[in-house]
Amino acid sequence: MTESVWILGTAMTRFGRHEMLDLVDLASEAALGALDDGGVSVNDLDVLACGSLFSANAGVGQQLLGQIGQTGISIYNVANACATGATAIRVALMAIRSGEASMAMAVGVEKMGKMGLLTSSPKGSKAAEVFEPSGRFGSVRSVDGILGTKTMPGVFGQAGMRYAHDHDGVGFDQFARIAHKNHLHSTLNPLAQYQKKFSLAEIKAAPMMAYPNTLLMCCPTGDGAAAGVLVSGERLRTLSASQRRRAVKISASVLTSDPYVEGGQVQPDVNTLTRNAADAAYEQAGVGPEDLDLVELHDCFASAELIHYDNLRLCEPGGAGDFIDSGAPYRDGSVPVNVSGGLISKGHPIGATGVANIYEIATHLRDEAGDRQIPGARVGLAHVIGLGSSCGVHILERSAA
Amino acid sequence: MAGERIPLVGYLVLEPQPHLVANECESCRARFFDRRNACGSCGGRSFAPAPIATTGHLRAFSIVHRADPGVRVPFVSAIVETVDGTTVRANLVEVSPDPDGVRLGMPVRLVTYPVGIDSEGTECIAFAFAPVAA
Repeated sequence: MTESVWILGTAMTRFGRHEMLDLVDLASEAALGALDDGGVSVNDLDVLACGSLFSANAGVGQQLLGQIGQTGISIYNVANACATGATAIRVALMAIRSGEASMAMAVGVEKMGKMGLLTSSPKGSKAAEVFEPSGRFGSVRSVDGILGTKTMPGVFGQAGMRYAHDHDGVGFDQFARIAHKNHLHSTLNPLAQYQKKFSLAEIKAAPMMAYPNTLLMCCPTGDGAAAGVLVSGERLRTLSASQRRRAVKISASVLTSDPYVEGGQVQPDVNTLTRNAADAAYEQAGVGPEDLDLVELHDCFASAELIHYDNLRLCEPGGAGDFIDSGAPYRDGSVPVNVSGGLISKGHPIGATGVANIYEIATHLRDEAGDRQIPGARVGLAHVIGLGSSCGVHILERSAA
Repeated sequence: MAGERIPLVGYLVLEPQPHLVANECESCRARFFDRRNACGSCGGRSFAPAPIATTGHLRAFSIVHRADPGVRVPFVSAIVETVDGTTVRANLVEVSPDPDGVRLGMPVRLVTYPVGIDSEGTECIAFAFAPVAA
């Protein structure tokens, strides 16, 4: 029997523009918040896993403990695209499962500012004086905008349009409705970067980034941090009744990468690894999609959320268009999705995202989500995916105690 | 040396007729457009060049309005499945870059066009896809 792992404490900063706070301020706020929430101190930790994508070589974990307590423990700094935060959670969890630690903290933090458009091609490549083939594709100049797009709104736009090619009932209106839902949900979340409701007409008329994604269907860049203190079942039993009552069980923790599929190196395949992760997570947790009371999934773009309804088995195969049209993923629907506002409105400081969605699920399972509480929530799923590629799925369950 | 032409990428062959060529794994037939260390599908180590069909259909697209400086917008980014089942990404040209001008599933063909000249007068030739005339 593998050791059970629980979330003892969790916290996040508000996501947004924190011009006066640096990376370590943000990480400290989340980490100290999670320790306080769990009723423990930095001296109780055996391991720290710290995720930060754009500062991956900065020793952020060491900088953090430099501010809040240099206890000399193992620190793992991790980077794994948009699954960086989920990877930090998994490193903490694996340290506990291995028996090397009984309490570990995962922190995700990012400071992006107004970074602008993200792309998977190198920035600032200029045309050469004399054409000379270089690189793995033997290219003589930048191909962005000639051989299609590698910018994120376009890549995920294509992923959504491919679903529309293969299935009926999916188009611009369905993508717009998803953005409508997430902006609406964010009005109840004081930690969201934006808390503003938009009409369907406003979403569709917003500046086009990459069809079908308008500006209001794209996540913003921003700053923020989130943290979770994880504890083994054995150590949890030694803690107080209120700590045990508020602890949330991690019933499944899975990380996948792209298996080979034809064309996956041309247009990133965000489906197969998500399906594999979801199926493995349901198996590990012994629950099915019908048991979920809420889901936080990786809506970097509205077109991404739509295909993940299907990938996470929340809808009938091929039925993602009907699913959003039916209202099922709205907070009063049958499977509330992204009640935090999602990446689209809560924000997406990359390293923090995969910890923040676990914070969100845990907060509902503890019945502490305030105005946005999903009543009686007992089981929730958190999903992130990073291109390049990595997909994290966690299933959390409310304590039986 | 004026008048010479060079393909934008190594997997575009200009003569005698423009077409793409993939590195095809000799054991599992997976096709790749980049330089390979081994096969990402089966781990095989031997590859042979495989010419790719020049016609196919539009499997997915995005109409890109925001891009890095120097990239002309809007343009249609297309994911094409060729008739021999290979996935290729390129711009879709000879269409109006709006949702009414582009149809999922539309038949397309490979075309080439110049995208710049270097200081020695060598012309860079890119490829794209264009609708097949009805």
